[in-house]
Amino acid sequence: MLDLVHLVLFTFLAVVAVAIIRLKDLFAAVMLMGIFSLLSASLFTVMDAVDVAFTEAAVGAGISTILMLATLALTDSEEHPEHNKFQAMPLIAVVLTGVTLVFATFDMPRYGDPDAPIHQYVAPYYIEHTEEEIGVPNMVTAILASYRGYDTWGETTVIFTACVGVMLLLGGHAIVDRFRRRKPPGREGEP
Amino acid sequence: MISHLIPRVLSKLLIPLIMLFALYVQFHGDYGPGGGFQAGVIFGSGIILYALLFGLDEAKEVFRPRVLEILVALGVVLYGGVGVAAIFAGGNFLAYSALAHEPTHGQHLGILLVELGVGTTVAAVMATIFFQFAGRGRTDD
Amino acid sequence: MIEWGLYNYWVVIFLMMTGLYVVIARGNLIKKIIGLNIFQVSVIMFYVSMGKVRGGTAPIEAAGFEVYSNPLPHVLMLTAIVVGVATSALALALVVRIKETYGTIEEDEIRRIEADEDAS
Repeated sequence: MLDLVHLVLFTFLAVVAVAIIRLKDLFAAVMLMGIFSLLSASLFTVMDAVDVAFTEAAVGAGISTILMLATLALTDSEEHPEHNKFQAMPLIAVVLTGVTLVFATFDMPRYGDPDAPIHQYVAPYYIEHTEEEIGVPNMVTAILASYRGYDTWGETTVIFTACVGVMLLLGGHAIVDRFRRRKPPGREGEP
Repeated sequence: MISHLIPRVLSKLLIPLIMLFALYVQFHGDYGPGGGFQAGVIFGSGIILYALLFGLDEAKEVFRPRVLEILVALGVVLYGGVGVAAIFAGGNFLAYSALAHEPTHGQHLGILLVELGVGTTVAAVMATIFFQFAGRGRTDD
Repeated sequence: MIEWGLYNYWVVIFLMMTGLYVVIARGNLIKKIIGLNIFQVSVIMFYVSMGKVRGGTAPIEAAGFEVYSNPLPHVLMLTAIVVGVATSALALALVVRIKETYGTIEEDEIRRIEADEDAS
């Protein structure tokens, strides 16, 4: 069973998503994305995922809004209707896929079911043994850094790589030249 | 240019608190919600707030891009280094129990250092990415 | 009789399809990235809602609590969010470069410019 809170928050989330895709003004759409993130953060809180909620609130409502706004400042803040005409084909494809997926959900475990397969394998081990093996009360931290340390190590590397990518894309010649340890080549006949 | 007097004064009060809170989240992650990822993002948003209100050049004076770039790599190296240290201490890669005499102490130490590595990388990455985006509009004019 | 216990999956599917629709049907590159973000949130929501246990509490060990929600999806999604913002920053950087090169961020406009360049 879902509580009323979950039901209302899920519905709000869907409504905000529709509002985002209908907006032509990208500035408003980005602002609504912030609200969307905040709504999902509150949903994560009521679903007991406090760490995820914390991250989503900090990232979604903070950093990613700022980055989107920075991009809008460098590009266009308006979606041009003449390039974005309504097309029937994508809508049909998406509705068909959605209906198929909804049909598949009837075999899924119900919301909050303690006997669902996801709660049967490694998760009970983590919950029972975190105290004695790691000695850290927050199981999420224990799994993140210790049991699943390899995963997190990989994720950190991905963040590092994304940063290098952004620097190469936007930093331009300055960065490449600096890592080659030589002066930038004189452009247009500069000395 | 608009002077942004009130936001500037307020942010001078707020930014130290934001960074202090980030450190709290960083080192209290074992006991409550939080950890390296969240702390890094909060610390990064503190830097971004400073850059938004006092201008990019001012922010680059305080948080030098060269230092941030080194920190981006340093966090990853710290994470990997803890893993390698565990190998030298006689365990497997990233098996922190070998780091101290008591296995749980080793785990504590390992988690603390690894989270610190994650936090460093994430904070520096967020600030660097913002500096790159913000610096783009002006250099090519 | 509606099965309210499946409502979370339906909203997730709705969000997923909304994101997918934006990615397919809209030509504006920033709108596409917004669509990808919606898609990403839907996947995160899917995992976290599966990890919820009825009557459970947040997975932080405390006296007096026996039932905890599943911490494993939380761990996986927590890192996915931060990785998501880093990769969408990369995508936004690409959009900025495209704008600088082509002067537009509309997909069909870019295609037209490409075709013109090929023709000439």
